[in-house]
Amino acid sequence: MAGTAVPRRLTWEVATVTAVMPETPSVRTIALDAPSWPGHRAGQHLDVRLTADDGYTAERSYSIAAAADDPLAITVERLDDGEVSPYLTEDVHAGDQLEIRGPVGGYFAWETADGGPLLLVGGGSGIVPLRAILRQREHSGSDTPVKLLYSARTPADLIYRDELDVHHDGVEIIYTITREQPAGWTGYTRRVDGALLAETVWPAGKTPLAFVCGPTSFVETVAGGLVALGYEPGRVKTERFGGTGGR
Amino acid sequence: MDELDGNAAAGLLQQIFGGEMTTVAATCATCGTTAPIGESVLYAGGPGTVIRCRSCDGVLIVITQVRGTYCMDLMGIRSM
Repeated sequence: MAGTAVPRRLTWEVATVTAVMPETPSVRTIALDAPSWPGHRAGQHLDVRLTADDGYTAERSYSIAAAADDPLAITVERLDDGEVSPYLTEDVHAGDQLEIRGPVGGYFAWETADGGPLLLVGGGSGIVPLRAILRQREHSGSDTPVKLLYSARTPADLIYRDELDVHHDGVEIIYTITREQPAGWTGYTRRVDGALLAETVWPAGKTPLAFVCGPTSFVETVAGGLVALGYEPGRVKTERFGGTGGR
Repeated sequence: MDELDGNAAAGLLQQIFGGEMTTVAATCATCGTTAPIGESVLYAGGPGTVIRCRSCDGVLIVITQVRGTYCMDLMGIRSM
């Protein structure tokens, strides 16, 4: 188990891209083969470093999209003004090499023993670490009850839609989309706010463990809303990312 | 400038401290609030990395790099 492993020096290593899978028009999943990867927990990150011909480097931290026993992968959303994500979402192909280091972070991580019930709330590409947690639960045979509330702009922006739509006992997926009201859509069509949380999430009396990931404003709204509903602040784990953050 | 949280500095902090730091609780020297570093406010787009208290916005940690050497100011943390 990574959590009990002897601390090891964090070093950059070269990983090989084994596959690139489109998720939405602006999001791709990049599968990586990293021979000395020490293993990770669901929800952790890895850092990617790109080096230009003139030696300029740019580093970014990405949530790992994979459960502990999955092949290593990250899911990257293109940010138009980004330094790293346009390269990762447009120019990287199978067989290319990337410098990575990790895993890093332990705050926004879940292991089966952490239990639940789990409330996962994702905005836009904030779904990525939550997907790793869902897969971790499934692979470990855990029966921890889960609710996932996932907000995106349009149905086409829902990452991992096919995977999420497969039924798993004990897992309830609740979608909300914020920019369209398409015919036949049965999910919600509004932004996540206190009222929507009150309608959808576990009651605080079940002492849920919440993981909230998305753009900063989304996370603030959700975390504040959950605490207002009586959730213990120490059981509401948050992770914020920058960029436009479609949700 | 993008406002992130301390989770995004996990790699940098681990590189400097030699261990996982985002779960470590830090007490703000300005307001006395204690919170995990992963919950703090991170500004990473400037010439250095600035980590601020989520309660009072006081500066907790400043990290800069000069010719390959990291300089770290922890004056904003009372204890951790």
